[in-house]
Amino acid sequence: MIIHKDRLVESRRTFFFICLLGFVLIPALYLGGILSIGDINMLGRFMTFAILALGLDLLWGYVGILSLCQFTFFCMGAYAMGMHLAHHGGPEGIIDENGWKIPACLFVVYPYEVGESSGDALVPGFWKPFWNLPVTIVLGLVIPALASFVLGYFVFRSRVRGVYFAILTQAIAVACWLVFCRNDVKLCGTNGLTRFDVIAPSGSLFTFNPVDATDDWKQDNAESPNMDLNKDGSVDQLDYSVADVGFSLSDPGVQLSLYLITVACLFGSYLLCRWIVNSRLGKVLVAIRDDEPTLNFFGYKPYTFKIFAFCIAATLAGLAGLLYVPQMKIVTPSNMEAVRSVMVVVWVAVGGRGSLGGAILGALVVNLLYNYLTSEHDYGFFQWSPDYWPIFLGLMFVVVVLLLPKGLIELVDRVKSTTFVKSIKKEETES
Amino acid sequence: MTQENLLLNPALAKYRDCRPSQVQKDYWASRYVLFVENLSVSFDGFKAVDIPNYGVRHGELRVIIGPNGAGKTTFCDLVSGKTPASTGKVYFDGRDISGLDESEIALFGIGRKFQTPTVFDSLSTYENLLLALPGNQGWRKNLLEKEKEEETFQVLEILKKVGLFEQRNELAKSLSHGQRQWLAISALIISKPRLLLVDEPAAGLTDKETEKTADLLLELAQDHTLIVIEHDMDFVRRLNSTVTVLNEGKVLAEGTIDEMEEHEEVMEAYLGR
Repeated sequence: MIIHKDRLVESRRTFFFICLLGFVLIPALYLGGILSIGDINMLGRFMTFAILALGLDLLWGYVGILSLCQFTFFCMGAYAMGMHLAHHGGPEGIIDENGWKIPACLFVVYPYEVGESSGDALVPGFWKPFWNLPVTIVLGLVIPALASFVLGYFVFRSRVRGVYFAILTQAIAVACWLVFCRNDVKLCGTNGLTRFDVIAPSGSLFTFNPVDATDDWKQDNAESPNMDLNKDGSVDQLDYSVADVGFSLSDPGVQLSLYLITVACLFGSYLLCRWIVNSRLGKVLVAIRDDEPTLNFFGYKPYTFKIFAFCIAATLAGLAGLLYVPQMKIVTPSNMEAVRSVMVVVWVAVGGRGSLGGAILGALVVNLLYNYLTSEHDYGFFQWSPDYWPIFLGLMFVVVVLLLPKGLIELVDRVKSTTFVKSIKKEETES
Repeated sequence: MTQENLLLNPALAKYRDCRPSQVQKDYWASRYVLFVENLSVSFDGFKAVDIPNYGVRHGELRVIIGPNGAGKTTFCDLVSGKTPASTGKVYFDGRDISGLDESEIALFGIGRKFQTPTVFDSLSTYENLLLALPGNQGWRKNLLEKEKEEETFQVLEILKKVGLFEQRNELAKSLSHGQRQWLAISALIISKPRLLLVDEPAAGLTDKETEKTADLLLELAQDHTLIVIEHDMDFVRRLNSTVTVLNEGKVLAEGTIDEMEEHEEVMEAYLGR
C-alpha cells in the first residue's frame, strides 16, 4: 500500500546540485586558480538572482500567480542594505547637527559640496534604523513581506486574478521605480546608493547610532595618545570611522565569504520552498493553480494561501536584495525597472516552471549566457556582437517553449525519468 | 406524498405576510434542514430564481428537475454562496447563511458537486481526496501537520469503494470522464457535509456507471440530506423520492415522479407537450 507523497518535488537532485556546485566545485576552481575572484563575485550575484527566481517559481509555478514586481521587493531589501553600507562607507564626509555622518551618496540631494558646512542638511529619519546590521537584515526581510502582505490582502481578497494581477503588479513596479528615481525621496535618485567600503564594523553590530558608537570608541580608547586619526583637529565620528573598519568589501576573502553566505542562503531558501511544496499546504497551492473556485467549496479560503505564498516570495526577494548589494557595491533604481521583473519570469520559464531546481538552473544559465553574450566575441567565421543578445534571448525562449515545455530541467529529468519509473514499478511489485 | 407548503398550513396563516419572526423561524428550522424565504436573484433584470418559500426536510433525498434555464443550478449557486442573492434569505440548520462566502458555507456543512466534474488535475487521486478531508482548512495546519494514519485509511477506503484504488497515484487529469465524476463525488462524501448539493451526477456516464451512481446516492441518502439535480428521467425514477419541478425560476410542482408525469403544467413546461 504505497502512496507517492513528494511527487511535486524533484527528489534529491537539486539538493546535491546546489551543495556540489556551490560549496565545493566553484570554491575549488577559485582556489585552483581557474576562476578569478571577479568570477566568484559575479556567480555570487547570480546566486542571489536564483533566490529571487525560487520565490517567483513558488508563486507562479505552484500557485499560478504571475507577479511582475519581484524586483521591486528585491530592491526593498537591496536599498535597506544599501542604506546600511552607505552609513559605514568611507572615512570622509561631514557630520550633521544630530551627530550623524551624512553618507556621501546622499549628499547629491543636498545643495552642498562634500566637506562644506552642512547647514540644514540632515540624515533623514528613515535612514537611521539602518545603522545597525541585524536591524537592517530584519527590516530588509520585513519590509517586502509587509508590503506584499498589504498588497496581497486587498488584491487577493477581492479576487483579482490572472492577467489582471500581473498588470497590477507591473504598474506597481513602474510606480515604485518612478518614486525611487526622485531626488526628494532622499534615496539618492537615479544615481543610486554607492560608496560602499566595509561591512560589519563592530559599531554596526552592537550600537544603534553613530553617536553611541563614537562614544563607545572614545571610552575604549581613552588612554590612547592619538585619537585624531584623520588629523582634522577634533575627535569625532570621522575618526571613529577610520578606526572601526570591519571587513573591506574589496578584500577577496570577504568576497568569497559573501559568495559562500549567498550559496548557504540559496540552499536555505531551497529547503524552505521544498518544505512548503512537500507539505500538505503545497498541495493546496497546486489546487489553487488548477481550480481556485472549487477549493472554496471545500471550505478553504484560497486568498489566505495566496497571501502566504506571495509573502514568502517577497521575503525571498528581499533576502536576495540584501545579499546582492555588498557584492555589487551599488544599488540604483534601474534594478526596479519593469523589464527586470519580467526577466525573472523568463529565467523561471526557461529553467522550468513548477520545478524548484528549474528556477535555480534558469536564473544561473540565463544570467551566465547574458554575461558571456553581451561582450564581443570573434569566432573566426562569425563576429558576435552584444547587439545580438535580445535576438538570442528571444530564440532561446521560443526553442525552450517549443521543445522543452517543462524548461531546461526537463533535459535532466529525461535522463532520470526512466530509472525513476523503474524504481516505482519495482517498489509496487514488492509491496 | 406531497410536501405540505407552510403557507397553506392554517395554523400559521397569520404569519403569511410577515418577515420571519422567531416563531416562524423555529418552526421551519425544526422541520427543514434547509429553507429559503423570498429568495430571488436577477441578472440584468431577468429573474433567474424567484422562490417565496421552499424547504428540504432533515434526512430527505430531494430531486430537482426542470427544463433548461429553469434556475436549478442557480438555486444551488444561491444556497452554496457562489452567487449572492438579490433578495431573500437562506437558512441552514436554523442559521441564516445568506451573504456568507462559499468557504464559510462549506464549513457549515453544505457540500457541492458541480455539473462538470471539478477535480484538481495536477494532483493525484489520493491527494484530491486528502484536500477534501474536513478539519484541515487553515493554512497553518496545512503547513505544519502531516495527514494522520486514519485519514490515509479513510481516503483509501473510499477509493476502494468507488473503484479508484488502482488509480490512487495517478494524476486526476489522466482519469476518464466517469472516473472524474466518481472522484468528485468521493471528494464530496469524504468532506462529510450534512447537506449535499449534487448537480447532474449522471451527466456523461454510461448506463452501468449511472446505475452505480444511483445506488451510491441512495446509500448516502440513508444518513445525509441530499439535493440532486438531474435531467435523466430513468435516473430520477431509480432514486424514487420527492421531486420538485422548477420552471422559469419558480417552483411549479412537487410530488413523486409518477405524479409529475401526470401533472399537466409540468408536462407542458418540461416535456413540451
